[in-house]
Amino acid sequence: MNLAPHLPALQVVIPLIAAPLTVLLRRRSVAFGVALAASWAAFVISILLWMQVAQSGTISYAIGSWPAPWGIEYRVDRLNSFVLVLVSGIAALVLPYSRASIEAEVSPQQHYLFYTMFVLCLTGLLGITITGDAFNIFVFLEVSSLSTYVLIALGRDRRALFAGYQYLLMGSIGATFLVIGIGLLYLMTGTLNLDDMGQRIASVQGTRPILAALAFITVGVSLKLALFPLHQWLPNAYTFAPSAVSAFLAATATKVAVYVLLRFYFTVFGESAVFAKLPMEEMMLLLALAGMFAASTLAIFQTDLKRLFAYSSVAQIGYIILGMSFDSVSGLTASIVHLFNHGVTKGAIFMLLGCVTLGMGGTSLARIQGLGKRMPLTSFGIVVGGLSLMGVPGTAGFISKWYLLLAALEKGQWWLVFAIVLSSLLAAAYVWRFVEAAYFREPRKDTENVAAMPWLMSIPTAILVIAIVYFGLDTSFTIGTATDAAASLIRGRP
Amino acid sequence: MTGATTHMTLSGHFTYFIMVFLMIAGLFIVISRSNLIKKLVGLGIFQTSVYLLYIAPGKLIGGTAPILSDAFTVYSNPLPHVLILTAIVVGVATLALGLALVVRIREAYDTIEEDEILERDLKPEGDGKTK
Repeated sequence: MNLAPHLPALQVVIPLIAAPLTVLLRRRSVAFGVALAASWAAFVISILLWMQVAQSGTISYAIGSWPAPWGIEYRVDRLNSFVLVLVSGIAALVLPYSRASIEAEVSPQQHYLFYTMFVLCLTGLLGITITGDAFNIFVFLEVSSLSTYVLIALGRDRRALFAGYQYLLMGSIGATFLVIGIGLLYLMTGTLNLDDMGQRIASVQGTRPILAALAFITVGVSLKLALFPLHQWLPNAYTFAPSAVSAFLAATATKVAVYVLLRFYFTVFGESAVFAKLPMEEMMLLLALAGMFAASTLAIFQTDLKRLFAYSSVAQIGYIILGMSFDSVSGLTASIVHLFNHGVTKGAIFMLLGCVTLGMGGTSLARIQGLGKRMPLTSFGIVVGGLSLMGVPGTAGFISKWYLLLAALEKGQWWLVFAIVLSSLLAAAYVWRFVEAAYFREPRKDTENVAAMPWLMSIPTAILVIAIVYFGLDTSFTIGTATDAAASLIRGRP
Repeated sequence: MTGATTHMTLSGHFTYFIMVFLMIAGLFIVISRSNLIKKLVGLGIFQTSVYLLYIAPGKLIGGTAPILSDAFTVYSNPLPHVLILTAIVVGVATLALGLALVVRIREAYDTIEEDEILERDLKPEGDGKTK
């Protein structure tokens, strides 16, 4: 049997089937094996899909052979094949890492359930990305969200429970807003297929329900992607979740939400309509800048590294939204590249912080004093990640910031160039907080016995740190795909 | 579609008024209550309002289920019902998970009032306490 035409379905179905299997098999090493196989299979499939799309263009897959506007369509194009590679790639690295990491952070009888939730979350994120059906996005969003709430609540600290609960409230409100928006779109266009919707919307463009749908979808998705004033759930969730979960979420969950926003803005609404009817450009610019500055400033004053980098994530989301607000091919390229590069960077940083948690027993700045002496390689890795957050040449972060600057210049917005550089200085300030504690303080007595890093943790982490540098030097994969994706989004302009 | 929007009547938009009322009431409860269970009740009401948004416009007065027969000529759209069936399942799962978390929170904090939980975590001895 030739499986190649069914790759889009298998992308989601394999992790979906792995989830109940891990529950039924119960033994945690078996569950780990199943989850690992599923996540690696998903990664391989995503690469195959990416190659297929790069060669022969968009793939449309009719689920259950029901043709597109009526049935659910899985649609893989340049943009989402890129996001699929990011999500499944991070999952393939975080999963082996998690085995050793949760050993110290989650009670053993819950391990097999951890893997269940992890592959379910992966299923949801991949499903959101690959589907071409608006309601399907909502269903997969809830699959990923519900499993995320559980994963966060698995944290060792009791505050993880409350963080999970708060995220449940915020996430459900966000998802409900999204489903209201989709409902209004469905009422007006009579279709749920995103592409079909994008074509039919022309006849009802500018009517009040469509504007309301735009507002609901913007607010709902912004909650999920933690756009600045709606980011309240994120710092607690990332701080108290088990390290492997923080790494996976920080690298993928908010990025997939950004993808959803791009998809709705550019494929469904048609960006010219979005940006012409309402002052969306100015609004997004304002929120992006507020996020870049306020969240970076908040990050400087944190005393816990996980929380510090969580606020940094909110700030980095600001850059992605800033690129979108330019409404140009170069701006979108910057957004899409930063989506990927920041995912890699934050994934690496949170994985390294998991190593720190294991080695030093915590991630507070007071505890990690002298980390440079105690765990030199880990400490160096965090510095590399920090440099990427600042946008130093030679790291992935530089590439996306460079494109962002180019996009700002193209718009003739000189002051934005200064704003971007200034916010990078704020990033330098919070990274310095880490460097100061790690290299210029004497190590504490009680952190003398650093546990040796299991290779299952150190190797995936090292791969991701190397990826930060690699994507900072060789940009053919990232920039090439992002430029094509941005051009195809903008081409939808009526 | 455009003709209907120009004649704003209370009766014609009755379901929408109900929907907006439920939506705002639910959201208000989530924000204003400190009790974690009450927040979930608010969330449930909020989500329920969406069911109405989908189902009400799909129903035609006098319309039947789409059964091909000479006896029926007016059909109601079945798709919104199917969609909302999914949304109801999601709502139930969210509520169940939320309640499970509240049970665990009560075990860990001995309270289900938001302000008391925040207060207990502020105290230094509560800091970093494991479950």
